[in-house]
Amino acid sequence: MAGSFWCLVEDDRQGNPKKVMAEVLGEAGRLASQAGGQAEAVWLTDKATEAGIKQLGEWGAKRVLLLENPAFAPYRGEVWAPVLAELCLKESPQAFFGAVTARQREAMARLAARLGAGLSADSTALALEDGTLVATRPVYAGKLLSKMTWAKMPWLATLRPNVFKPADSQQGAVAPVEKPAVTLPAAVMSLVERREDSSTGLPELAEAEIIVSGGRGLKGPENFAILESLAKAIGAAVGASRAAVDAGWRPHRFQIGQTGRTVSPKLYLGFGISGAIQHLAGMRTSKVICAINKDPEAPIFKIADYGIVGDLFEVAPLLEQEFKKLLEK
Amino acid sequence: MKILVMIKQVPDTATQVKIGPDGKAIDTAGITWIVSPYDEYALEEGLRIKEKRGQGEVVAVALGPDRVKEALRSCLAMGADRAIHLNDPAWERADTLMTARALAAAIKQEAPALALFGRQAIDDDMGAVGAAVAELLGWPCASWIMEESVDEAGKAIRVGRQVEGGLELFDLPLPAVVSAQKGLNEPRYPTLKGIMGAKKKEIKDVKAADLGLTAEAPALSVIKLETLPPRPPGRIIQGEAADAAKELVRALREDAKAI
Amino acid sequence: MNVELTDEQKMIQAVARDFAEKEVRPIAEVIDREARFPRETVRRMGELGLMGIAVAEAWGGSGGDTVGYAVALEEVSRACASHGAIMSVNNSLYCDPIAKFGSEEQRRRFLTPFAAGHKLGCFSLTEPEAGSDATNQSTLARRDGDAYVLDGRKIFVTNGREAAAALVFAQTDRAKGPRGISAFLVEKGTPGFTVVKTEDKLGIRASDTAEFLFEGCRVPASARLGEEGQGFKIAMMAIDGGRIGVAAQAVGIAAAAYEAALGYARERKSFGVPIGRHQMVQWMLADMATAIEAARLLTLRAASLKDGAEPFGPQAAMAKLFASEMAMRVTTDAVQVHGGYGFIKEYQVERHFRDAKITQIYEGTSQIQKLVIARHLLSGAAAGS
Repeated sequence: MAGSFWCLVEDDRQGNPKKVMAEVLGEAGRLASQAGGQAEAVWLTDKATEAGIKQLGEWGAKRVLLLENPAFAPYRGEVWAPVLAELCLKESPQAFFGAVTARQREAMARLAARLGAGLSADSTALALEDGTLVATRPVYAGKLLSKMTWAKMPWLATLRPNVFKPADSQQGAVAPVEKPAVTLPAAVMSLVERREDSSTGLPELAEAEIIVSGGRGLKGPENFAILESLAKAIGAAVGASRAAVDAGWRPHRFQIGQTGRTVSPKLYLGFGISGAIQHLAGMRTSKVICAINKDPEAPIFKIADYGIVGDLFEVAPLLEQEFKKLLEK
Repeated sequence: MKILVMIKQVPDTATQVKIGPDGKAIDTAGITWIVSPYDEYALEEGLRIKEKRGQGEVVAVALGPDRVKEALRSCLAMGADRAIHLNDPAWERADTLMTARALAAAIKQEAPALALFGRQAIDDDMGAVGAAVAELLGWPCASWIMEESVDEAGKAIRVGRQVEGGLELFDLPLPAVVSAQKGLNEPRYPTLKGIMGAKKKEIKDVKAADLGLTAEAPALSVIKLETLPPRPPGRIIQGEAADAAKELVRALREDAKAI
Repeated sequence: MNVELTDEQKMIQAVARDFAEKEVRPIAEVIDREARFPRETVRRMGELGLMGIAVAEAWGGSGGDTVGYAVALEEVSRACASHGAIMSVNNSLYCDPIAKFGSEEQRRRFLTPFAAGHKLGCFSLTEPEAGSDATNQSTLARRDGDAYVLDGRKIFVTNGREAAAALVFAQTDRAKGPRGISAFLVEKGTPGFTVVKTEDKLGIRASDTAEFLFEGCRVPASARLGEEGQGFKIAMMAIDGGRIGVAAQAVGIAAAAYEAALGYARERKSFGVPIGRHQMVQWMLADMATAIEAARLLTLRAASLKDGAEPFGPQAAMAKLFASEMAMRVTTDAVQVHGGYGFIKEYQVERHFRDAKITQIYEGTSQIQKLVIARHLLSGAAAGS
């Protein structure tokens, strides 16, 4: 319905929406209230739970369009895109937002092509200007910001995790659930196997609120243990620079930067990272940036909020002690 | 087996970018242009598929102005057999959708078994063209692939798609669209022989009309480009390591409220 | 006048730079320290087509030109001068003369695998008593039926130990002086041909510099390159081309030293400001940059004359003289900009400084270049230039 700000649910494949949905729903709710509309959740899944549905309501969804079918998992574009398009044509939402995750980036791109609509991928800000949505996106390795707008509705966008303010949880808010009938296209791709990454016991990089990251200054793969220990103490994820990944010290999925992941944590602690442009591209939207590097000229100090010029092998364990003291209080 | 590899020419990461006079695009004067790194992974994989099968054709495709020929030539030097250049003023302000429509039309004409893309171009980082093309063609699509193998008959491709927390292995019937993630391979350097031979290979110019397309209004357009708001000046914490660590933790808690 | 590189030359430059930065620079320091020949990266240079750049594709080469060779060699030398020396000898002193003077059969056997980088070649002219006066050859090649028998000692052979074959010069008719010298292609493993020692050097330490001994070394007459008595002409032609290579190598070494000095001048502080703010350092940097640019242009000028099949010997000598003197001066100044740090091995300018020295010596010392240039000037051939 016009005035609907839809949010495509990213779930944990266990029937619960991921934490990033609080941000997507929060932003959709904020914009919808300005536009006189409401935020709604669209959930394609093989398994939804009551708790998950309740969570969406508490994060501000005024309605949940639930499509529960084994065909939706694993994600396959040729199944999702036609279903999403059918819903859009039926209900004409004003906007449709997703989170920047592997599958949502693809699903929204396919949906946009199917609808002939515009998509602002990896947006870091959204605003209504004269009744039209304007998206802000970092471009050119984050060196510039591009303000973009749509020729027609629905306004499709994916939102960078950890950038938008999460919805305040409204205890007891309940969203009515609708289960619209749709035509299910046949899947063409078939899943052979899913290989889980070995668990680090630490948070997922893209969603982590604190990231501890290491570069060439770590001198070798074994020294990432120093950062892991610090990360465990403060509930952080561990990332790496391209130099560390290209040296084979960490798998690529831990790489932060232009040819790795883009992250935006509340707190980013870089150890022995010089701060090449391509690294900054992946972390410059972090809220607070700290750099520990023995080279006072390292470019990372130019964007750091706090810096310590010193030997990371000395400073990291000291920081761990200090954080532990603080958190024990 | 015919493989099309879609590439984009982008400014080198290290290049300084300045906003152009209209405020909507960058000033292209003095820019060093490169093939977007993810597209190099795509091209490398296309070449490897061909080499492994011992036959086939790899065609590099790019959309953009005249300067894009340079990028296509470097693909030819790396080993692509020929190139297609979608070069028409009608595409001057092409957004994702317009680009996808043009590429989809070109792919349809060429009818390859596989259309390879990079995960995203490092200029606008939109990362949507490959999937959009798949949708327009009605082909299956796997994004962010870390590994692949084409079956002997050339009828299907098995890919490892990177997702949060793991890798999903899928079988896709061909024709299909896949996009390359870093880690898929290590792109080769063009050999000098390849460079010298590149000028003998064909770069076909294609106009919008050749694909039955006309200029259209973008679905998503740039209102303006802005420079980053300056970050407040940082603070270097002086002193002995132990004192500095203590002070940093205090500042993060009390001043920045980051922990 | 067009001083722009062609698209192909620019791409060759970019590939050479990329390769040199990613694969050569990271090992440059350690192979210098250990004086270790870098077999793996030399093999990679072969794969990329850097070992026979101007040789036709039909003979295993890349089908490029001398300008492409010069820009690639500068890039490789910028990362590591030893790699530059190895590459330069194979291209200029070994492949080039065989491409020009070799028979079909000689090219097939002695050129194709070497230009393609599967095998390494070397050039063996210098003797204990024949350095700058190269005509004073005492190695003898005695005709014996359908063969020649070589006896003598050759020194300072770059690539000598690693090479699979050598282009060797010897007297076939001592009475004729320079016109009695002939050239031979001798494979390793030929009885009577031994490598007796490898030199421990000041610079380009990772390149291999060997001494050869020929004792009754019998080679078939078909191993003779060119006509009997044509050897000195072949050697001089090869060295003319080689000087373009040495000039490019010198430019590369100087550029590396200059870049290190520039980076250091931006970072190192004295009297409260980066030393680059001090005018005396600025002057040094400005002089360095200007001299490098001048040397590069002279080098490319000589290379483009060679590509145009025009006489280029005097220009190659000028380029080699100017570039090598420049490299010594620029690397000296780069050490100076670094102060005490420039004198220790942790900073790469120390290596550039040592590497630069050889460019003033091999393939004709600076003094010999002046002789060559002056002889040309006084011969009248230079009128109008």
